[in-house]
Amino acid sequence: MPVKADAKGKTYPPHEYEVGLEKIREYARAVGEDNPVHFDRERAKAAGFRDVPAPPMFAVVYSAGAVGPAVLDPEVGINFAMMVHGGQEFAWGEPVCAGDTITTEASVKDIYERGGMGFYVFESVSRNQDGQEVVRGTWTNIVRGV
Amino acid sequence: MSVKVELKVTPDRFLPHRYAGASGDFNPIHIDAEFAKQVGLPSNILHGLYSMAQVARACTQAAGGDPRSLRRLSVQFRGMGVPEQEITVSGEARESRDGVAVVALTAEQGGKKIIKNAEAELREL
Repeated sequence: MPVKADAKGKTYPPHEYEVGLEKIREYARAVGEDNPVHFDRERAKAAGFRDVPAPPMFAVVYSAGAVGPAVLDPEVGINFAMMVHGGQEFAWGEPVCAGDTITTEASVKDIYERGGMGFYVFESVSRNQDGQEVVRGTWTNIVRGV
Repeated sequence: MSVKVELKVTPDRFLPHRYAGASGDFNPIHIDAEFAKQVGLPSNILHGLYSMAQVARACTQAAGGDPRSLRRLSVQFRGMGVPEQEITVSGEARESRDGVAVVALTAEQGGKKIIKNAEAELREL
């Protein structure tokens, strides 16, 4: 049975995330960052940041609220029992700093079948309060046995 | 820019719980060993995006520590990572053009790749 690809191209409402300093510190500690710019405002400013910058992979934190509903959308129709997160890409732009408001929009970029597996590819585009793109994410979920 | 990337890290027993709190991903396969076993996993497993964050960290460290040096990172997740076992991230520049190095990377644990075909673009700052 071929995968249902009707939802290809579907877009979802923007999701807003306010970036807090303590959340950046919590995330940086959890992933083992030791660069003081992720913890200390003075060190961050001395390095040329507007405020304490988030580690690049903090992108998952502010994007999740936009991508989650797209992945869970019944119109996309993913069989979660058989789903694995197959691949991930981020392309970064302007750094994300404490105090920023990040708006992320998600869409269904592609749905296709290959080798008996369904590939569900989502794209997210995140911008800061000044409209600058901070990250573009490509999220690939693979469903076995379609 | 000649770039060689290597990073070793051993996530402790409670790392998946801290990462769950930090990231907001509380899928029980990552934090509940009993649940994980019921669905056929050896025990609770690492979040793939935590492992990807180790690849990202290895890249920025190799570029001198500045988070702005990492322009792009793509990975494929394979198998599964587990707590309390060393992860080795390694990579080498494939080409370098206009101050941007393209680096091919993998992450392995216990002789098995948990991230393969990773590629990063690192900018010289």
